[in-house]
Amino acid sequence: MSDNNNLLIENKFEPVTYDPQYILMVNSLKKYFPIKGGMISKTVGYVKAVDGVTFNLKRGTTMGLVGESGCGKTTAGRTILRLSGEKTGGQVLFNGQEVYDLSSKEMRALRPKMQIIFQDPFSSLSPRLPVGEIIGEAVREHNLVPKEEFDDYIDSIMDDCGLQPFHKDRYPHEFSGGQRQRICIARALALNPEFVVCDEPVSALDVSIQAQIINLLEELQQKHNLTFLFISHDLSVVEHISDTVGVMYLGSLVEYGKTEDIFRNPLHPYTKALFSAIPVPDPDFKMKRIVLEGSIPSPANPPKGCKFHTRCANCMARCKEETPVQREIEPGHYVVCHLYDK
Amino acid sequence: MAKKNSDGYLSARESRRISRENRKITNEYEKKRKRKDVPEEEYLTTMHDPNNAVEFDNLHTYFFTDAGTVKAVDGVTYEVPIGKTVGVVGESGCGKSVTSLSLMQLLQRPQGQVTDGEIRLNLGDKAYDVTKAPDEVLQKIRGNVVSMIFQEPMTALNPVFRIGEQIEEVISLHNESGMNEAQMKARTIELLEMVGIANSEGVYKMFPHELSGGMRQRVVIAMALACNPRVIIADEPTTALDVTIQAQILDLLRNLKDKINSSIMFITHDLGVIAEMADYVVVMYAGRIVEKGTSDDIFHHPAHPYTIGLMASKPVVGKKVDKLYSIPGKVPNPINMPNYCYFKDRCEMCVEGCDGAYPCEVKLSDTHFVSCYRYYDKKED
Repeated sequence: MSDNNNLLIENKFEPVTYDPQYILMVNSLKKYFPIKGGMISKTVGYVKAVDGVTFNLKRGTTMGLVGESGCGKTTAGRTILRLSGEKTGGQVLFNGQEVYDLSSKEMRALRPKMQIIFQDPFSSLSPRLPVGEIIGEAVREHNLVPKEEFDDYIDSIMDDCGLQPFHKDRYPHEFSGGQRQRICIARALALNPEFVVCDEPVSALDVSIQAQIINLLEELQQKHNLTFLFISHDLSVVEHISDTVGVMYLGSLVEYGKTEDIFRNPLHPYTKALFSAIPVPDPDFKMKRIVLEGSIPSPANPPKGCKFHTRCANCMARCKEETPVQREIEPGHYVVCHLYDK
Repeated sequence: MAKKNSDGYLSARESRRISRENRKITNEYEKKRKRKDVPEEEYLTTMHDPNNAVEFDNLHTYFFTDAGTVKAVDGVTYEVPIGKTVGVVGESGCGKSVTSLSLMQLLQRPQGQVTDGEIRLNLGDKAYDVTKAPDEVLQKIRGNVVSMIFQEPMTALNPVFRIGEQIEEVISLHNESGMNEAQMKARTIELLEMVGIANSEGVYKMFPHELSGGMRQRVVIAMALACNPRVIIADEPTTALDVTIQAQILDLLRNLKDKINSSIMFITHDLGVIAEMADYVVVMYAGRIVEKGTSDDIFHHPAHPYTIGLMASKPVVGKKVDKLYSIPGKVPNPINMPNYCYFKDRCEMCVEGCDGAYPCEVKLSDTHFVSCYRYYDKKED
């Protein structure tokens, strides 16, 4: 199995130049995880978790990242924040600065600017720390506020996120799921970030609580001029909250554009199938559903050519051979598919 | 009711007193259940309507915990007609799963007990009240007449047995026609094909970890269908799955239901899935039914403020709103329920009557019932 092809890492891309209207520019980002095997644990292959993701994110907007589980949404989010070791290839420019070029000291100074809200509010809070300490720990670590103002600062952050001051001395187990997610949001916001990755912040919550958290995120975004990368598999939530949407399949971005464009006029066959699968709360609504056969292929051994060709209804001969490139179909609407080659 | 000190914690002495009392109550229930040779007359009953597969009648399921009694299901009445799908919606902790577990009699015992009410199960020529039936009878019913599709296909399968063995186990336990081993294997493979697994011979020999989430859920469905059950309880069967896989599974369930003409109790919190699957919808809140009706009644003429709020709080693709509606407040503490309408503290449509006792069911049409004071003027008596 371990022929050289499996171990070859292609890392060719056109470097982008910084454009100040974008807070984040991601160019051909790749993150492979090695598969170890054999007697001496040598690398026999790679799991291509993120394999060519390119997008730009404007200041103060929200980008939704959707896709099936296992398509690399979360890894993409973490790789952008430099939270999962070194990248395999590509560029991540945060305010024009390549994140992976920074020394650990510089990185530490940058950390407060980019934060993350994790998916599961039940496992992402330390059960041993009181809530005030959870929220304030990083603030103290980075010396963001003087000691005498510290308590007031934490109170004001908690108030922003809909928590009461007396919650400060309580422990996470005393809170419900929605309130825990508020604590996670407060923890991320306490550092006064510019950019927040929200990794499925509402998927562990009930419908009525979901609405509260989504509204809270939108309020905070306006108040603090935040930029969100909103990772979710719930398309209706993504449509509600995002300005731009990226659709991921097997590690790559297959379609990317403004929310209205994507939902009004989905181009990629995968996006079409994904959107037709959304259940609509109306019993009279009959949609022609495109049911995708089979399941997502293994990212350790992705299909040749277009990665989607094994499940695609419009598969052509060249899809099996040639890898499609990203094309701009209408202004700001990009798609990676041979169907739209001129 | 449990006394609490000022900071909301129970004292150790109080907790001990409660658990002593609980033990007394639960022992009595357990004693009744453990009797041998219970005469059939005791649990034999008649269906109110022979067209129903299951009738829940004023069901009360309580959990006797050390912190107090949790009234998980508190007077729930609804029917599941033969060949129809009933959707049960509600937030987590509203008692929708406990209702279905009461039907299977798989409650966490001895704490969880059905304290009142009947669950009548139609067996064709006769009907049983499963709350009074002894364990040996229930064992013949579970998996055979009533079967369940669990929420997490990852944990519902045993990781150390092959797929084939796990499905065959169900068939051999309820082997009424005396199938031999080769016939059981043929039946298992037939089931795997029925749920749309192409490589059925191969999957028969596989272990659960070799399958993806969607495939595992198909196996769990095959297991549930093994004995052509009259009632299938689907407890959030698609919550752990992706939308594309969810669409596959919903299609599959719909087709299979028509093929073997069974009823489905579909439990979920996703209103979109309910609209697609259900003929009848039951909306539960804090252990009680707040509204029930056909899916047309519920989705086109929602009456209870909770149902209306639930629908408004879910973003819908294609309908742009600036701000999502969110139901204020939170679910009341299940140990200490108020004595007025449970939803009153979160309700934005309160009327004068709302301070009174918990509202009883008001009939809006032949199929549509709601428990709310706003509709008391439509009450007939």
